[in-house]
Amino acid sequence: MEQLLAQLAILLIAAFLGFELISRVPNLLHTPLMSATNAIHGVILVGGMIALAASDDVFTQIVGFVAVFFGALNVVGGFWVTNRMLGMFRPPVPKVKKRKR
Amino acid sequence: MQVATFLAYLLAAALFIVGIRRLRKPDTARSGNTIAGVGMAIALITTLFVIEFESLLLIGIASLLGAVLGAISAQRVPMTAMPQMVAAYNGVGGGAAALIALSEFYHLQTGGEENIVASITVPLTILIGTVSFMGSIIAFMKLQELAFSGSVVFPLQQVVNALLFVGILVLAANAIFDGSILPFLSPVASVIGILAASALLGILLVIPIGGADMPIVISLLNAATGLAAAASGFVLNNYILIIGGIIVGASGTILTRQMSSALGRPLRKIIFAGIAATGTGSKSGGGEDREVNDASPEEAGSYLSDDAQKVVIVPGYGLAVAQAQSPLHDLMETLESQGKEVLFGIHPVAGRMPGHMNVLLTEAGVPYDKLYDLEDINPEFGDTDAVIIVGANDVVNPAANDPDQDTPISGMPILDVEKAEKVIFVKRSLSPGFAGVDNPLFYDTDKTMMVFSDAKQGLQQINEAVKNS
Repeated sequence: MEQLLAQLAILLIAAFLGFELISRVPNLLHTPLMSATNAIHGVILVGGMIALAASDDVFTQIVGFVAVFFGALNVVGGFWVTNRMLGMFRPPVPKVKKRKR
Repeated sequence: MQVATFLAYLLAAALFIVGIRRLRKPDTARSGNTIAGVGMAIALITTLFVIEFESLLLIGIASLLGAVLGAISAQRVPMTAMPQMVAAYNGVGGGAAALIALSEFYHLQTGGEENIVASITVPLTILIGTVSFMGSIIAFMKLQELAFSGSVVFPLQQVVNALLFVGILVLAANAIFDGSILPFLSPVASVIGILAASALLGILLVIPIGGADMPIVISLLNAATGLAAAASGFVLNNYILIIGGIIVGASGTILTRQMSSALGRPLRKIIFAGIAATGTGSKSGGGEDREVNDASPEEAGSYLSDDAQKVVIVPGYGLAVAQAQSPLHDLMETLESQGKEVLFGIHPVAGRMPGHMNVLLTEAGVPYDKLYDLEDINPEFGDTDAVIIVGANDVVNPAANDPDQDTPISGMPILDVEKAEKVIFVKRSLSPGFAGVDNPLFYDTDKTMMVFSDAKQGLQQINEAVKNS
């Protein structure tokens, strides 16, 4: 019970944090931001791993296997495509590196 | 060990948050994505300890297959097809959540211990995950133009959706209370029913939504998958799933709202009335016979070269279809080499997703500080000598501001190109754009030059003309 309450508290705080995180983002970054948060919910792969590790017969093995496959696809594809997108936003002039003293 | 894994999960969550924070600014965005990726790696490695390296071989094979497919698809996808790729990754995430819940339900049924939290969150996860999975598949097929193009509607659609939703709730209650609500239906049968009904609901929710609203739908489904991940965190009693999932669920919801307000489309209207949004495509107002100023690329080029000092370029979806980003970049360089100021006005709906046109143009080599948002470019038109509009119509259509007209684009913020000295359309025909609303600017023969051409060819010819005059 205590654990559930702690989880609910975390859920609430993280939800408000999520609301506050996104404020006045330039339109330019809407698509990359969507794509990056899309990659972050690939954290579902964690659940897939837990499900597959707990599997004890063919049914749960198949289900867990597909879940891990889907999760890994979500994570790798999501971060990769976001990185490719953002790689195109180059600064107009390459920044001059500060010289070390 | 529990303390260590908990702390490691917290670290991963903190990195997700820092990553998203940095994604709000162009300069730090890429590092933000990397930081979130590091957080993900920490979360995954920690999970290996949580599961005590069980089933490592199967997990390894499945992840490797997923990772390779993800990397290849992400590397190969052309930037014009990016929206549907994001929809696909989002869909598989939702699918994974539903499968995880299914697997946990199976454990609960086959002699798992009583767990009220899990028995409530299992149907919830299956519902959200499956809707997201099927909805994303439909969105993918629409954007890839495989099926369901345009707005697919049938009578009593909203009623059917509502009935499906109520049915899912009843089935869920039946599964939670071990079949005591519908005695003829076992919990297993109820869950199968939830799966089927959710799949159908996912399809029905997305098919009526027209092409222009797809980005908002994908963003909404993205938030839904986040929620499904958070719900699965309660099923599995796992903190990183709860935190990571709800952060995406919450930030995705806000992002969806920001997008829909940038596009001037209230969210409620999109979700509950996809019909009203796009259904009225058959009005052309009898403008076929009116006179237009049909100009050659050479005329447009010599005006730009001789009489224009400040030029604003407005790209639209037609540019992306014709793959004309590169000729557009060349034209920018030619004009700049003649000492002219060139800016780009990017309407939020240009391209297929907010920010999509920016990606396409920066890919072609246009520096991103030349790309102006709607609010930033509108004050510039007053002293602009020429606006070049490539493959766009709705986003510059003054009819949207006309209070006497009720059109699908009424109330949508537009780029005020009519304030500029000259307007040059590069367009294949006089056909009205996606929304099907005639543009009065076409017929303003003093101000407007219509260059009827494919975007790519037209821009190349104008570029040559500017160079030679």
